[in-house]
Amino acid sequence: MHSNFRSTFTNDENDAATPAKTIPRQGVGTHDETPLPAPRVLILFAHPRFEKSRVNRALLDALPLSDALTLHDLYEIYPDYNIDVEAEKKILLAHDILIWHHPFYMYSAPAILKQWLDLVLEYGWAHGAGGDFLKDKTAFNVITTGGTREAYRRDGFNRFTIREFLCPFEQTARLCKMTYLPPFAVQGTYRLTDEELARQAADYGFLLQQLAADACSHEEMGQFTFLNDWIEDRQRIQTP
Amino acid sequence: MTEGFLFQALIYLTAAIVCVPIAKRLGMGSVLGYLFAGIVIGPYALGFIGREGQDIMHFAEFGVVMMLFLIGLELEPSHFWRMRHRILGMGSAQIIITALVVCAGMMLLNFNWKTALASSLALAMSSTAMVLQSLKEKGLGDTEAGRSSFAVLLFQDIAVIPILALLPLLAVSTGHGTGGQGRAILEGLPGWLQTAAVLGAGGSVVLAGRFVIVPFLRLMARTNLRELLTAAALLIVIGTAFLMQLVGLSPALGTFLAGVVLANSEFRHELESDIEPFKGLLLGLFFIAVGASINFNLLIDSPLQVISLVFAVIAVKTIVLLGTGRLFKLNFDQNLIFALGLSQVGEFAFVLFGFMHQLHILPDRLTDRMMAVTALSMTITPLLLFINERFILPHFGTLEAEEKEADIIDVQHPVIIAGFGDFGSTIGRFLRANGIAATILDNDSDRVDLLRKMGFKVFYGDAGRTDILKSAGADAARVLITAVADPSTNCDLVEKIQKYYPHLTIMVRTKDREDAYEMLDMGVKDVYRESLDTSIRLGVDVLVKLGYRRYAATRAGQNFLKYDEAALLRLAPHRHDEKSYIYNAREQITLQEQLLANDRDVNPTINDHAWESDLRADSEAKE
Repeated sequence: MHSNFRSTFTNDENDAATPAKTIPRQGVGTHDETPLPAPRVLILFAHPRFEKSRVNRALLDALPLSDALTLHDLYEIYPDYNIDVEAEKKILLAHDILIWHHPFYMYSAPAILKQWLDLVLEYGWAHGAGGDFLKDKTAFNVITTGGTREAYRRDGFNRFTIREFLCPFEQTARLCKMTYLPPFAVQGTYRLTDEELARQAADYGFLLQQLAADACSHEEMGQFTFLNDWIEDRQRIQTP
Repeated sequence: MTEGFLFQALIYLTAAIVCVPIAKRLGMGSVLGYLFAGIVIGPYALGFIGREGQDIMHFAEFGVVMMLFLIGLELEPSHFWRMRHRILGMGSAQIIITALVVCAGMMLLNFNWKTALASSLALAMSSTAMVLQSLKEKGLGDTEAGRSSFAVLLFQDIAVIPILALLPLLAVSTGHGTGGQGRAILEGLPGWLQTAAVLGAGGSVVLAGRFVIVPFLRLMARTNLRELLTAAALLIVIGTAFLMQLVGLSPALGTFLAGVVLANSEFRHELESDIEPFKGLLLGLFFIAVGASINFNLLIDSPLQVISLVFAVIAVKTIVLLGTGRLFKLNFDQNLIFALGLSQVGEFAFVLFGFMHQLHILPDRLTDRMMAVTALSMTITPLLLFINERFILPHFGTLEAEEKEADIIDVQHPVIIAGFGDFGSTIGRFLRANGIAATILDNDSDRVDLLRKMGFKVFYGDAGRTDILKSAGADAARVLITAVADPSTNCDLVEKIQKYYPHLTIMVRTKDREDAYEMLDMGVKDVYRESLDTSIRLGVDVLVKLGYRRYAATRAGQNFLKYDEAALLRLAPHRHDEKSYIYNAREQITLQEQLLANDRDVNPTINDHAWESDLRADSEAKE
């Protein structure tokens, strides 16, 4: 089922005029609640070499079926980096939760995501005087890293923690008066067995389902260092 | 010494190959080259060919026949219909007025009215072969002058039918011809019956084209043998020509008719490409024969008479044509091209004079003289066109330009675009959308009118003329874009600019790789192959359709463009050395393939380390 994912994203290139693409109708979603009237969660996905990424393919395949989810594949929509700012703003306004989903390249996000931040989050719209349009929305990062969680410690190979590296995102969210949640991180990717990967992907699906259904307290989530930990905690409570 | 077919072929081909490129280099067009080649090898210069030049001419007239077939093929009825006013109006005005003036002149010179009327009709004809060829070479086919010339020529070509049909009536009183070879069937019949036969033959061509030829071609096509279709195409032309000759009609007209009938058939392009090479060669041969047949003895015996006759005819035709152009509202410079272009006496005059001679309408001496006048006038008009283009038009062109000079000089534009077809106008629109005004040069007066209405600052005129460039503000401009479709025009323009306006940055549209090399050789740095970007863009979309990620496909396209441009620069110095060019081209292709393979290689090694962090064995894990 994974092999056809790429084409799922590209077979309807004719509607490039509508940059937002809803997620493919596949994956492990199990919910059967009545769909919410408006989309809530926007996944800004940025991966310049998605066709090569086993991990990210698994994560996207795990997205639950839901009208409350929008997957927005930046490299697919703007292969020339020419981001349509007005269209992006419109999409942002239509959602409550913003996810920056990307591989952790050189301790940061791939270039197009930075481009997106620089162009779309305008002064006077997202922040600064009159910049209240994103107020009270929620944002966080979903990342995949080659290094393990241990490698991202003060005494580890990378000398700083993931949270420290993500400071620019956190502060950007603050600047735009959004709530910033801890990241969901799939780490040590090159070592992940297929089983471990499937479990993490399922966790991601679970997380999105909870968010889409508005079934979790953002405040409570903010207590954890990683959303992975919150999920583990949640599942421990649910399945004793 | 002059015996044998091979020797003859050798002489003709050598003469053509020596003279035509020289004529083209001098900017005089291939027609003049062929004519000079004919004169050079003719009986009055090198003497390689003697009187048999006449026979060659009869043979080569077949080139004209084929040309008319091709013209007919290109003339769809709808196109014909759209041009009807121009064809009927300009054509009839030209023939009738010219014939009347010439006829009156000849009657004043004491010729009898029948001789005068017949020769004046023949002299009113212009040379379709020469004019269309010249216009095409100069890229004027699509201008007002070009279209008007075509219309008039077409009318003349059609008018030959009734003229040929009516000539026997003129001859009635003097008795019938004594044995015109091809007219055996009609010999001895009364004039009105001949006329009827002629009209009947025309009708049968139309019917046969509809109901016989197309099914016949379908049958041939089913054999899947290409040469059989070529043979069939030739058979159609030759068969029609033969039928026409049988009833004493012009073969050219018959094939023209056949061409028009077949223009709507599915074999149109097939026939076109089959006949085209034969036509080209035979027309060349025809012009050579015309050159060789000029009777210089006549010229030496009575030079004043012949020369004054030639110039009188050309003058009368030019003045009438100018008047016609004026009547149909041609611009002055377009009108000049139109009038001078059509001022010669055409190849149909040979046919008509020959026919009149047979019918005893013309005496021997006069026929010879008229033939000489025709051939000489055909030699002179390319020269006139050349003089017009180089020395007359520049002055008149500027008159029009100078009226506009005032508003050009107060707004100096940094960019000049030469050639405003689809390519140039896209550049112009893009620049205008970004607030950059450009001065535009174009030599199609229709387009200029339209663009002016749309608010573009357009100069009508040939960008290759320095005075036009000057009034377009080349002194103060920074960039000049040559967006003309024709590579040789671009070449000339670049040469001029490098000489007179070295400060201008030249950006050139080129047709293909070869053309781009030419420009690089000339020292132009900004060279743009016209189809490169588009084809790559299409290729990128193909990748996407096949399921590639859009970003990966876009990068592959950008890389390909970059490699291709780099390869172009690297190969440019080697292209004169054929062997090393091929070698290098192969090497480049290999290199390009390697580079591209690297780009899409799934095995994450050599490049793009930064992007592989989620697959690579990071050293951090070794702790």
